[in-house]
Amino acid sequence: MDFTLHVWRQGTPGSKGDFETYQAKNVAPSMSFLDMLDLVNEELTRDGGDPIAFEHDCREGICGSCGMMVNGMAHGPEDLVTVCQLHMRSFSDGDELWIEPWRADAFPVMRDLVVDRNAFDRIIESGGYISVRTGSAPDANAVPVPKPDADKAFDAAACIGCGACVAACPNASAMLFTAAKAGHLSYLPQGQPERYERAIQMVHQHDEEGFGNCTNHGACQEACPKGISVDYISRLNRDVLRARLAGVAFDST
Amino acid sequence: MELDAKIPSGPLADKWDLHRFEMKLVNPANKRKHQVIVVGTGLAGASAAATMGELGYRVHAFTFHDSARRAHSIAAQGGINAAKNYQGDGDSIYRLFHDTVKGGDFRSREANVYRLAQLSLNIIDQAVAQGVPFAREYGGYLGNRSFGGAQVSRTFYARGQTGQQLLLGAYQAMERQVAAGTVIPHLRKEMLDVVVIDGAARGIITRDLGTGKIEAHVADAVVLATGGYSNAFFLSTNAMGCNVTASWRAHKRGAAFANPCFTQIHPTCIPQSGEYQSKLTLMSESLRNDGRIWVPVRAGDSRPPHEIPDAERDYYLERFYPSFGNLTPRDIASRRAKEMVDAGHGVGPGRNGVYLDFRDAIQRLGKKAISERYSNLFAMYEKITGEDPYTVPMRIYPAPHYTMGGLWVDYNLMTTVPGLFAIGEANFSDHGANRLGASALMQGLADGYFIVPLTVGNHLAEVAPGGVDADHPAFRDGVREVEEVQERLLAVNGNRTVDSFHQELGRLLWDLCGMSRSEAGLKEALAKLPELRESFWRDVRVPGSGDNLNQSLEKAGRVADFLEFAELLCWDALERDESCGAHYREEHTTPEGEALRDDERFSHGAVWEFSGVGHKPARHREELIFEHVPPSQRSYK
Repeated sequence: MDFTLHVWRQGTPGSKGDFETYQAKNVAPSMSFLDMLDLVNEELTRDGGDPIAFEHDCREGICGSCGMMVNGMAHGPEDLVTVCQLHMRSFSDGDELWIEPWRADAFPVMRDLVVDRNAFDRIIESGGYISVRTGSAPDANAVPVPKPDADKAFDAAACIGCGACVAACPNASAMLFTAAKAGHLSYLPQGQPERYERAIQMVHQHDEEGFGNCTNHGACQEACPKGISVDYISRLNRDVLRARLAGVAFDST
Repeated sequence: MELDAKIPSGPLADKWDLHRFEMKLVNPANKRKHQVIVVGTGLAGASAAATMGELGYRVHAFTFHDSARRAHSIAAQGGINAAKNYQGDGDSIYRLFHDTVKGGDFRSREANVYRLAQLSLNIIDQAVAQGVPFAREYGGYLGNRSFGGAQVSRTFYARGQTGQQLLLGAYQAMERQVAAGTVIPHLRKEMLDVVVIDGAARGIITRDLGTGKIEAHVADAVVLATGGYSNAFFLSTNAMGCNVTASWRAHKRGAAFANPCFTQIHPTCIPQSGEYQSKLTLMSESLRNDGRIWVPVRAGDSRPPHEIPDAERDYYLERFYPSFGNLTPRDIASRRAKEMVDAGHGVGPGRNGVYLDFRDAIQRLGKKAISERYSNLFAMYEKITGEDPYTVPMRIYPAPHYTMGGLWVDYNLMTTVPGLFAIGEANFSDHGANRLGASALMQGLADGYFIVPLTVGNHLAEVAPGGVDADHPAFRDGVREVEEVQERLLAVNGNRTVDSFHQELGRLLWDLCGMSRSEAGLKEALAKLPELRESFWRDVRVPGSGDNLNQSLEKAGRVADFLEFAELLCWDALERDESCGAHYREEHTTPEGEALRDDERFSHGAVWEFSGVGHKPARHREELIFEHVPPSQRSYK
């Protein structure tokens, strides 16, 4: 298969970028999208050019490193895959492919398709954990967890922190990411003591980072490679409301 | 080189307890004066950083990723062992200890393994308290499964994402300490050297992968949690970034390297589909609980699998090993698959796989039950291959996966360089010559949460905090040397890409130092490696410059280190003139074709001392003493 690629190239953070056009020739349908980019990069390097920078690591859809817009869709056209799991058989011979980095103010471009997603770490830092010291845990079976709750916690915990939800959202909101972590912990008995403070703190940090507000488009759910439901956003909104009604205030320390 | 494993005296079951009492403590008020560097934020590194932060040390956590959550621990699918005996099926700390020593083919330290089995209990408690969503039964209690050849159900799991969930638990614990100010994260910083002053580790040199800046970082102790080196083989199950650089550069600064030839080949990976491929995908070996492995009896049989009647199928693992069948340990399952493919029985387009078939399990248990157990793995397989495993048997083939070898450490997980510790896959300690399934997560977290935070304290109790700064000549020299290597790489400007060298190295190692090894093959590899290394430095092309994000330059540095390290790997495989566990020497087999150990000559850890690039390193020995599990020939028949 042959493809024409239009790839966003940008040298450094803050510099002006533009689309460059490349030909990807003799691509096997069994190649992953990133195998195809590797092929283009090998050729670019041999020809004295500058290979396209993109983030990737595990190449099996779990580390959350990779991610790019392919023809305007986060992780490309297939459902429930990251771009490393997208295969070229999903496209037709001769297709034109527009490849761009995640676009969001809170994810500044570092180079080409690489963006800085540290804002996600800071959202976790603000409360996306259960405060338990190493060594102070009771026996693992001391607290049974109803299986339906455990399953709901798990569905949210499947988030890989790739940022597709932000890239897909017209507001560049990170509410699905934030709600997935808050939701994971809020379904578990171990997560109850800090549940409402966590909701307040994480949403505050989300806004601080410059992510937009959620206006219920649902594009995040569609783009999410792990199929995380927007229901978790509703749940987080309820928790924030309950917290405010109960007088839980933002703690700036 | 003096090797003292510092195994505490006393009865096996009391050693760790007694040792904790004997270790020195750091006064709580002094802890915050001590800086500790942790390199790597996988299970071992993140859990160590979190715990040392909680204890009050000032911890600097380094990762070359954009976030601490990306480390390759995240990809572990199957599970984590713990001797909880929640199933009441006869498990115990002693049984887990026994199985691990035996599974490692009697090449690990009894005292370390026993401690690991003890701590396995605490890990599960800690993870559940953090909110790790392990599988549960309808009553709300934790579920278990049997895994990787164990005859008890001691494996805790979280769908096919156990590594991810455990890593997120450790990452979140670490981020909590970041918020508390006790852990300072250093993201996108790759460690390129250890700084040793007066014989002790006092810091590291890093490159900022965004700006290219080479920086010196000072500390009172350095903990390496930098993973394994399977990517020396180019094609492996490891993430693309996994590398040997941190361990190798520590080795060049004096840290001994132990048993590098103990490299595990995982039996259930998706076969390579083409030359372009740079990464192989692992399918959890939990699939072997219900899948049956077979090849056509007739070599070269190209009929589709459903047209091959049962009488013409060879369920070879069930035939060779009637009692363990498809659940034989990884090394055996891998080797037998290779034999079948080498003998022409391979299946699939490349004739490079064997079948893993769920037909009988689906008939017995129903499609729904199989789907509940493996749906995510089946979906993953279908995404990659385009074939539906409910109707067409999976194709699998072995691939390099985990490295049991690593930096030599004593019972305190300290290397031969005082103040330099190695934890998780980066050290050599607990798995001997072969790691059992679901034991890597266990070891990484035991080291990180429960062992190294205490043993680092024991070391720091004798070190006055501070004392040196980044202006010390050793740091200035370290920065300059790293800059020089980088400039050399950029200056070659040859004709070949970094990947093309990595690929060539991988093929050479896979052919000559892979699943089976011979004296002639290893000597051939040792003759070829220096040529390959020289041609790399003569002909590699690294585009771009050093002062910004340059992924080719990052890769080039790692491949340069793999090229040096590969010789050590081959030396170790050559000098270990026996077969054991994952190290299979063609000259040493039983009449049935199993690995034949030579306990008279090789009941020891091989501990290598660096003596210059291209020079044969010096081999030392740590003798192993088995007081509780008498060495026997493994039998899974």
